[in-house]
Amino acid sequence: MAKITVDTQNCKGCLLCVAACPRGLIKKDERLNKKGFNPVKCVDAAQCSGCCLCAVICPDCCIEVYKENT
Amino acid sequence: MEKIYSRPRSLRENPTHYCPGCGHGIAHKLVAQVVDELDIREKVIAIAPVGCAVIAYDYWDFDCSEAAHGRALAVATAIKRLRPENVVFTYQGDGDLAAIGTNETIHAANRGENLTVIFINNAVYGMTGGQMAPTTLLGQKTATTPRGRVAQEGLPLKISELLAGLGGVKYVERVSMHAPAEVLKAKRALTQAFQNQIDGVGFSLVEILSPCPTYWGKSPQKSAEWIRDVMIKEFPLGRIK
Amino acid sequence: MSARGNGHAKILMTGNEAIAEGAIRAGCRFYAGYPITPQNELTAYMARHMPQEGRVFIQAESELAAVNMVFGASATGVRAMTSSSSPGISLKQEGISYLAGCRLPAVIVNIMRGGPGLGNIAPSQADYFQATKGGGHGDYHSIVLAPASVEEAYRTMFDAFDLADTYRTPVMVLGDGMLGQMMEPLILEKGPVRQHAKTWALTGCRGRKPNIVRSLFLKEGVLEALNLQLQKKYKAIQQKEQRWEELLVEDASVILVAYGGMARIVKEAVRGLRAGHKKIGFIRPISLWPFPVKAFRRPGKKSVKYLVVEMSYGQMVEDVRLAVECRAPVEFFGRSGGGIPTEEEILKKLHTMS
Repeated sequence: MAKITVDTQNCKGCLLCVAACPRGLIKKDERLNKKGFNPVKCVDAAQCSGCCLCAVICPDCCIEVYKENT
Repeated sequence: MEKIYSRPRSLRENPTHYCPGCGHGIAHKLVAQVVDELDIREKVIAIAPVGCAVIAYDYWDFDCSEAAHGRALAVATAIKRLRPENVVFTYQGDGDLAAIGTNETIHAANRGENLTVIFINNAVYGMTGGQMAPTTLLGQKTATTPRGRVAQEGLPLKISELLAGLGGVKYVERVSMHAPAEVLKAKRALTQAFQNQIDGVGFSLVEILSPCPTYWGKSPQKSAEWIRDVMIKEFPLGRIK
Repeated sequence: MSARGNGHAKILMTGNEAIAEGAIRAGCRFYAGYPITPQNELTAYMARHMPQEGRVFIQAESELAAVNMVFGASATGVRAMTSSSSPGISLKQEGISYLAGCRLPAVIVNIMRGGPGLGNIAPSQADYFQATKGGGHGDYHSIVLAPASVEEAYRTMFDAFDLADTYRTPVMVLGDGMLGQMMEPLILEKGPVRQHAKTWALTGCRGRKPNIVRSLFLKEGVLEALNLQLQKKYKAIQQKEQRWEELLVEDASVILVAYGGMARIVKEAVRGLRAGHKKIGFIRPISLWPFPVKAFRRPGKKSVKYLVVEMSYGQMVEDVRLAVECRAPVEFFGRSGGGIPTEEEILKKLHTMS
């Protein structure tokens, strides 16, 4: 079990995380944030493996990753 | 669930002023992560450049100085000589380190100053509006090479290879930020460059190929692909020294 | 006891060496320089003696690098200095502007030579404007001190470092090739060295919030507020730190004005004239910025004329005119580019004024 949270207000919608996610779980959100960017969202949290690649490439530190302690 | 990836302690909460997909944000984060992991936040003194990262001190949460354009390594030299117990690094772009500051760069390297240098190569001047940098590729269009850079305007300057030839230089590695795996390699190189200083090894430089989507006129993803497919051919990745 | 004089007996030194020794005794912990005549003895002296004292000497790759090293050194809170001569000082203006903008103390020595351009290596006072009016870009001043003898050059260094720390500002010690090169006897008396708390210094942020050294303020209104603070500081310096020497001014009908090495020749001329019962006085500005306007504003003093003598074609004379505020005639005689005004030439000029 793993999940990500996105700081949607500070996300600049660069979409680097979309390309980084090996399972294609991150998508552009059509709603604009206060800065006028389309932030990203995780569309299928159940599939997230907590690999962190999206967070690693995020230039704005907007993604936090959580994982079940096993 | 346990939080396994979040903002490093040494990176302030302030949102950056960088454009979407800019490499500076990733590089700042990597530096902060390495500083945290080596537990040197209270020892670090950073020198910010002139260029897009001029206000890096608004983002890092440790002591920091500005430097006049290109002079970061002169400033850092004095700080490290006077305070060898501190960990001193410069963070410089291609214009700063490899054009206006070439003299300071080469001589600090040649003296073998025990410093860590983080060199952001994005092949363009960002802050001033996308002009030709010393590292601009042949054929690359910029505000001052509107027809694409030609040889007479200078070949892409391989300052890392040039510095590697100097006896005072102990470690040079070129890394990239075009994919998560590359970012992780970049972090390892930065860790090495900081550890070298702590161990007294000497002048260590990490060149980071970094995207500038705005002045490359490409989306962040296309910029990453351009590094992977084009820029790396001119600036091959890996350990240079 | 130092091998370089015991503080009691007279020893013989050049001005350049005396400045270096004064700096070391005033607690200069960092020096960076680049060779240029006629100040080379200063750099060489620092190379010999700074490491012996456990301090840092660096021969930099350029004057630009040297002044920016001084910037870094000062940012760590230590006393730091560089020196050069006119063409090199032009290169250092970038760093001096940044020092002023970042509120960093530092001492810069200019042993002036002929200009413009590469000029020559003869004594000159042609950098007065550059030194006193800012020099680099932006609204700032450096404090400028102009000693006139080897012994005074030595003593000036204690004052220079103290002023720099007190006001967090660059201080320029302005000499000329004559002062730098000539030898005179002096006693290396220890001057006062005050400790200044530097809570702003970069030392690593252990136990405190990070310190930032910066001169860039993009947010609207911030730079203006900081520049107003700078101006407030400059006003305080102008009120408190005017320094000058004067001689026989009370009954003088003509007052000769000169600074630095030039003042020695002028002072001799004044002594000779007084011996001949001429009512001639003498003012020697020591602080060139702040300019000692108080020396020129004497209530009740009437019908005096001033003659300003410089190794330039008229730079300090403008400040004398501003100080006098049109209440008295101000005449000028000067030479530059290698020529030093002689006593005979000064007397001849004086003759045309009576």
